[in-house]
Amino acid sequence: MSEVILKVDNLKKHFPIKGGLLQKVVGHVKAVDGVSFEVKKGSTFGLVGESGCGKTTAGRTLLRLHENDGGSVIFDGKDIFALNQKELRDIRPEIQLIFQDPYSSLSPKMPVGEIIGEAVREHKLVPEKELRNYVMQIMRECGLQDHHIDRYPHEFSGGQRQRICIARAIALKPKVVVCDEPVSALDVSIQAQVINLLMDLQRDRGISYVFISHDLSVVEHISDEVGVMYLGNLVEKAPREEIFKNPMHPYTKALFSAIPTPDPTVKMNRIVLEGDIPSPAKPPAGCKFHTRCQSCMEICKVTRPEYKDYGNEHFVACHLYNKQ
Amino acid sequence: MFFNKTAEQKEAAKKMKEIVKSNKAIIKKFEDEKKRKNVPASEYQTAMKNPDNILEIDNLHTYFYTDMGVVRSVNGVNIEIPQGKTVALVGESGCGKSVTSMSVMKLIMGPSGQITNGAIRYNRASGPIDIVKTPISEMQHIRGNEISMIFQEPMTSLNPVFRIGAQIEEAIMLHRPDVPKSDLKAQTIKMLELVGIARAEGVYASFPHELSGGMRQRVMIAMSLCCNPKMIIADEPTTALDVTIQAQVLELLRDLKDKIDASILLITHDLGVVAEMADYVVVMYAGRVAEQGTAHEVFLNPKHPYTIGLIKSKPVVNQLVERLYSIPGAVPNPVNLPNHCYFKDRCDKCIAACNGAIPELKTLEGGHKVACHLYTQGGH
Amino acid sequence: MAEATAKKEINLEKVVTPGQLVRKRFMRNKLAIVGVFILLGMFLFSFVGPFFSPYGEYTLFYISADGVEFSSDDLKGFDPSGAGVTIGNRQSPSSTHWLGTDKDGRDVFTRLMYGGRISLTIGIVVVFFQIVLGVTLGGIAGYFGGKIDNLIMRLVDVIYCLPTLPIMLIISSLLIAYKIPQDQKIYWLTLVMGLMGWASVARLVRAQILTLREREFMVATEATGIHPARRIIKHLIPNVMPQLIVVATMGMGSVILTEAAYSYLGIGVPFPYASWGNMVNVVSDPIIMRSYVFMWLPPGLCILITVLGFNFVGDGLRDAFDPKMKR
Repeated sequence: MSEVILKVDNLKKHFPIKGGLLQKVVGHVKAVDGVSFEVKKGSTFGLVGESGCGKTTAGRTLLRLHENDGGSVIFDGKDIFALNQKELRDIRPEIQLIFQDPYSSLSPKMPVGEIIGEAVREHKLVPEKELRNYVMQIMRECGLQDHHIDRYPHEFSGGQRQRICIARAIALKPKVVVCDEPVSALDVSIQAQVINLLMDLQRDRGISYVFISHDLSVVEHISDEVGVMYLGNLVEKAPREEIFKNPMHPYTKALFSAIPTPDPTVKMNRIVLEGDIPSPAKPPAGCKFHTRCQSCMEICKVTRPEYKDYGNEHFVACHLYNKQ
Repeated sequence: MFFNKTAEQKEAAKKMKEIVKSNKAIIKKFEDEKKRKNVPASEYQTAMKNPDNILEIDNLHTYFYTDMGVVRSVNGVNIEIPQGKTVALVGESGCGKSVTSMSVMKLIMGPSGQITNGAIRYNRASGPIDIVKTPISEMQHIRGNEISMIFQEPMTSLNPVFRIGAQIEEAIMLHRPDVPKSDLKAQTIKMLELVGIARAEGVYASFPHELSGGMRQRVMIAMSLCCNPKMIIADEPTTALDVTIQAQVLELLRDLKDKIDASILLITHDLGVVAEMADYVVVMYAGRVAEQGTAHEVFLNPKHPYTIGLIKSKPVVNQLVERLYSIPGAVPNPVNLPNHCYFKDRCDKCIAACNGAIPELKTLEGGHKVACHLYTQGGH
Repeated sequence: MAEATAKKEINLEKVVTPGQLVRKRFMRNKLAIVGVFILLGMFLFSFVGPFFSPYGEYTLFYISADGVEFSSDDLKGFDPSGAGVTIGNRQSPSSTHWLGTDKDGRDVFTRLMYGGRISLTIGIVVVFFQIVLGVTLGGIAGYFGGKIDNLIMRLVDVIYCLPTLPIMLIISSLLIAYKIPQDQKIYWLTLVMGLMGWASVARLVRAQILTLREREFMVATEATGIHPARRIIKHLIPNVMPQLIVVATMGMGSVILTEAAYSYLGIGVPFPYASWGNMVNVVSDPIIMRSYVFMWLPPGLCILITVLGFNFVGDGLRDAFDPKMKR
């Protein structure tokens, strides 16, 4: 087993809900409510879930773009939440972020070379004289051309912009990159280009990814290990082959069966979930999934299931497997 | 920036001026045509090629005259929608699939956007008409009444200050004056139940923001159905929804299709959704049809290199590949379209003929049509 | 058409900068161009015009017993306090006084030019002052949030609650009570107008920064560990600029209007200094209002046209910057 680069332990992020005349805190949205996973060096951890399940918040909290409300994130032996602002800024280059929307993630008034090189200069990763050459080299690596360096973001297509975002992250020589739905806003043919680029970079540079997406097929393709989130919790986590061959949690099963297959001959035995995702401000008692679960038992409405290893590093939080 | 212009920028400014000038003249011609009052019905009456079709789009051209040049969004598209069938329009962003659907509704934003050529024959109960020539006043009877639309983002298409019930009632009142006032509520509840909303009474009295995305999309579908449309245009109806909710809505749409006997024009970029929903598939690329045929034909036996690439580049659950196939390059700029096949620069099956004229749609066996020189030159 | 676009290799989309697009949209707006010409004309008239005027701002005109007109600058050997000399006031427009003279015998046309100088200068200075204060405080509030934000925004609320007119009246009487020289009153006026006006700018900047801060490119600058000062100066401010330019242009119009109102009430620019506002002031005399239209109408028109000009340009700029009107 290779070494663990990022260890997320029981991470929590609660956003206060303010109400009433005096803006008192009347409740909390438990966006991330105790998430634990590890990312190994040079591997990819895929985080899957529907909108509002807290996967984006989890991604941003582990970068400490939000302060946490419990739990810890150990990156390369350092507790991210124990650092002061100066130390945090110094460690930032090593753990980077790629966004979903390549249109809003680039400053519209800056040339590409500046966007990519700005933080490199700030952290003095490369001598000033070599900066331009370094940026060009990174751009080439990300499939951009040298003359793009002086152009502005509005001149690029969505796929190229995403390459710029990737270049900006890669230029800082990160060890971990959190990819927050990096291909969801792109067209299918461009998606494949970007996914291949991300995988090439991982191979060449040994970067670890936390790959957040709602698209299971993409996650399956890129990840070594997959975690499924529902309402702020990981309900299931297992190595890729294991979870796709043998999904255990009823939610995971429904999620997998809901993906439309581009093959008109396949007749799906679809598990169609009833109802909507409950509001994360008022999650159901007991197992958070019980309101939509087809195998719901009495115990599910009362007790929260434990998150346990059922062999093959397959973690599930469900009472179905916990009977004996 | 304001004073030091490079030669290139000067050239650009000059060119822009020319474009603006020529656009003005062209737009004026089309706008004058639109402004005519009392167009006689005989002018837009037409005959269907095939009376079984509800809609025939014939050689449609929709251009946008921008200051950057003419954007040829739809550039000669032929689509036939048979009565009671679902036709899916697939393509990447900017391929002109939404513009095609907007042209059918005559909702192209003027004055820059204009339908410049072609016909859209709609098989109306009172006799077939050509939508391109139909005046706006007449279109208003058709829009939302005989042809209705479902949009991608249901939140923006519902008015946030009115209750759901009131909005559906208004739609019913507008399109079906025969329904008596006293029946409105009952009718509305019936519509909500039709789209699978369990607590119809509760939803009737709620505001749009109180509903989830999936619920809102159901309400939108209910609204589009309340006038018994003959055709529904669904523009990315599930793109904004989560997978589990998407599954619900797709199930509903399939269900409804049997119940109401309407034709559906489904616009989407998701091949999975197409495979589940569509009887016929039209693949668009850069404003032209690349391939069309039955869903079975197109998915199991794709002919056009673009379709093949598109299907291959999407990872499929439980089918692991070492490396994804990816179509190189990007969609050509719609202002500067090349004179040869638009896909040539990205195609890995190029032959000499690809440098020649733009390939026309050619019918292969089984009604499968493809626009590619691989199939036009000497058989195979 | 198709060949023409294909032949030329230049891809407009790649060459045309957003700035060029903004300029082009602006140029297409006819009202905005009219506004630009109005303002250009007004600036020339007020700042260059006086060099061509034979008279000074405070020059008084007299008429001697034998009907010869002389001024306090050029006595031509007459004595203003001599016998038979009358003040040459309320003269009708003539070739020597294009708009006649006012009730004290000063040349109206000349004073119109000097009045424009004062009004426009006050407009520019006050707006500059408002923008500097507003951007600084609004920027701090928006960027840092929390308690600082709360404090600054409550201050903004307080400023909004203060009734400007009574305060101006009080300050005016204070200035008189402390015997502040008349010529310093203008500085006090600009200072107070600046202090009272920054609140709306601060609100705008704060709101803009709050939305920008959530944009992903700002999160990206945080994730890459860029220093906050650089994030504000290089990333936030350039993106607020368009709105600021619009607000500044519109603001100038309203400041000129306010200044005119104060001067009209006698608490703004004092006599003998000319300002469009205090020139209109003479209208309070019913006789002048009825019989000497040339004395108060031209300055009134100047105010109207200038404010219109600023508003036209501001509207044009806003439309040009608005991304919703893209292309």
